[in-house]
Amino acid sequence: MSIFDYFHNKKTNTASLAKERLQVIVAHERGKRSQPNYLPKMQQEIIEVIKKYIPIDNDQVTVTLDNSDNCSILELNVTLPDNT
Amino acid sequence: MAEIIVVTSGKGGVGKTTTSAAIGSGLALRGHKTVIIDFDVGLRNLDLIMGCERRVVYDFVNVLNDEANLNQALIKDKRNNLLFILPASQTRDKDALTQEGVQKILNELAESFDYIICDSPAGIEKGAQMALYFADQAIVVTNPEVSSVRDSDRILGILQSKSLRAETGAEPVKEHLLLTRYNPSRVADGEMLSVADVEDILAIPLLGVIPESESVLKASNLGEPVIFDETADAGQAYSDAVSRLLCEEVEFRFLEAEKKGLFKRLMGAR
Repeated sequence: MSIFDYFHNKKTNTASLAKERLQVIVAHERGKRSQPNYLPKMQQEIIEVIKKYIPIDNDQVTVTLDNSDNCSILELNVTLPDNT
Repeated sequence: MAEIIVVTSGKGGVGKTTTSAAIGSGLALRGHKTVIIDFDVGLRNLDLIMGCERRVVYDFVNVLNDEANLNQALIKDKRNNLLFILPASQTRDKDALTQEGVQKILNELAESFDYIICDSPAGIEKGAQMALYFADQAIVVTNPEVSSVRDSDRILGILQSKSLRAETGAEPVKEHLLLTRYNPSRVADGEMLSVADVEDILAIPLLGVIPESESVLKASNLGEPVIFDETADAGQAYSDAVSRLLCEEVEFRFLEAEKKGLFKRLMGAR
């Protein structure tokens, strides 16, 4: 920081941006870590079945598994195309 | 019964070997018989950092394959007679390590040592998994930088799922965060993640904060672990970390930026 910046004083705090980005990615990866190993394969197979009947992309299907206390919820979310 | 401590990080170049050398030496300086094992088969460097590279005759893999016994392979430190080094093989690759072989060596070492420090290679492949598998405690070395923090979180996941303690449902591996290359003045300027930021994200207890310091490179140039340099800030910070490892309460130092004088500020000096 030199005398010129001292009067401008509009420093960007890059550390806080780093922290925010890390919190998002780490939370996301921790979520994946607790998933059972079969989940990605099962998701792929579900997509293949749907594709037989409806033209969809892989990213239009989300499969999540939530574990709360004593029950697990498998949630399947398919976004159908507009023109069907 | 020996305590097995793995020094790990996921990411390379964050200071695992520097830390293994410093913490191992520090434990020996406090009177605990300690051996530091280099698990980086194929890319050994602990010998250089410890200054015993010319005394390596037999290595870890030789002992594993019964080509030498442990006493032939262990190198006694010249500075401290409670400190030993077990070098990695330079000519083999990580596949030379087997779980049974590593366990046999650790069991034999546990009979005569108080502490076994396992210096992990970078990555999450076989070498790193072997280094952490039998650990009782883990020192996760992290730089205040995005890729290092992310990789540390990944390695914590592996400690919690793929270690012997995790697989057998025993008490979990005791995790410690060691922040290295910390630059308080850049933190003050909002250019570097702070200790609190990294603690927030990784959520494991803080063992120490090692300031970025010229003394670390100087120590590796000399082949003398930085903890032997009692005048160096990094050496003192490692010494504090060793105290905390031994469950002593020590206040954290070197967390605040040095106050810059008016002249330096006007000249824009760091």
